[in-house]
Amino acid sequence: MKTCLVVDDSRVIRKVSRRILEDLGFEVAEAADGVEAMAWCTAVMPDAILLDWRMPAMDGLEFVKKLRAEPGGDRPKVLFCSVENEIESIRDALDAGADEYIMKPFDGGIVAGKLDYLGLLA
Amino acid sequence: MIPAPDRAFVSALCLARAGLMVDAEKAYLIESRLSPLARRECFSSTEAFIDALRHGADDRLAWAAVEAMALPESEFFRDHHVFAQLADEVVPVLARSRGGEPLRIWSAGCGTGQEIYSLAMLLADVPGLGKLELFASDLSERSLEKAQSGRYSQFEVQRGLPARMLVRHFEKDGEFFALSPRVRQMVRWRRVNLMDDLARVGQFDLILCRSALGQLAPEAGGRVLGQLHAALAPGGLLVLGQNDSAGKAFVRAAPDLSLYAATDDVARSAA
Repeated sequence: MKTCLVVDDSRVIRKVSRRILEDLGFEVAEAADGVEAMAWCTAVMPDAILLDWRMPAMDGLEFVKKLRAEPGGDRPKVLFCSVENEIESIRDALDAGADEYIMKPFDGGIVAGKLDYLGLLA
Repeated sequence: MIPAPDRAFVSALCLARAGLMVDAEKAYLIESRLSPLARRECFSSTEAFIDALRHGADDRLAWAAVEAMALPESEFFRDHHVFAQLADEVVPVLARSRGGEPLRIWSAGCGTGQEIYSLAMLLADVPGLGKLELFASDLSERSLEKAQSGRYSQFEVQRGLPARMLVRHFEKDGEFFALSPRVRQMVRWRRVNLMDDLARVGQFDLILCRSALGQLAPEAGGRVLGQLHAALAPGGLLVLGQNDSAGKAFVRAAPDLSLYAATDDVARSAA
């Protein structure tokens, strides 16, 4: 079973994302910010990370830069999932090491499409 | 709910005008497509609108109703491996075989433009293809207007469009995302009813018809395939939807892609 770590400071978003990802056959873990997410990843790298941008402690951009510098940190597919919808922000996220970008609000179809494009759906 | 005779009338109208198969039992579908149109045209209800159609309202309204019932293609890079193969292999091979002549590509039933723009974005980055002429047609004027504008909502640009393509080819325009003029200007648009005589549409090296056939009645689908066959230049190729069947006039040209060549064309070049 493929694993996905959902990183978002909103409990509601984590819950919505968890439901979508579980329906797509993922095993889901949750983190409320970048620091918590990094603790997960140093223990075991997930296959995918759904990553919010604005979070306390460590934001998404800082997280993805740190992750990519970790041993094995190049392996997870990182999908930003943020209300930031300016082209420049999206470019910054991709340049920092993200594989895909989802603008909120999103739905199951968008998440499934992005995961399929990244080769994570069977 | 729209009464059964009204639904049957709409279904028959779509079949007669565009070969479209509309299930008269699908009351919700018919209501949801026609009620915005009825409101726009200032009718008091969808029933009143259908009544006007039945009693010979102007032709424009009848066409507007048929167009509203046709489901537009609305996803970028639908079946993305198809586009990768077209851009990496199929189009370069076709371009070489044309020896400098412009390569003509047609998206038949282009809806709001996502299919032809997906291909255009990829081809814009392939060197050495020579001159490309991209055409796109649809039954619906409204779809064509939107397609031509190249403006898509945030929701639409997340349907199948990779983020890297978004940042490369789009600019933010208020709430919308606008495709770059460079890609938009690659495509010419035209309203075409695939059921009409297509002799004047011209000939093409590559035709994409990936969503229209599935919506057509079997007889209409057969007629459209015959017309696409006639519109295919010698050595040309046709791309259908994954679930479409091409019939006897075509033979599959790739094992893992809904890509077809004209059967008589293949026989001729083998002889």
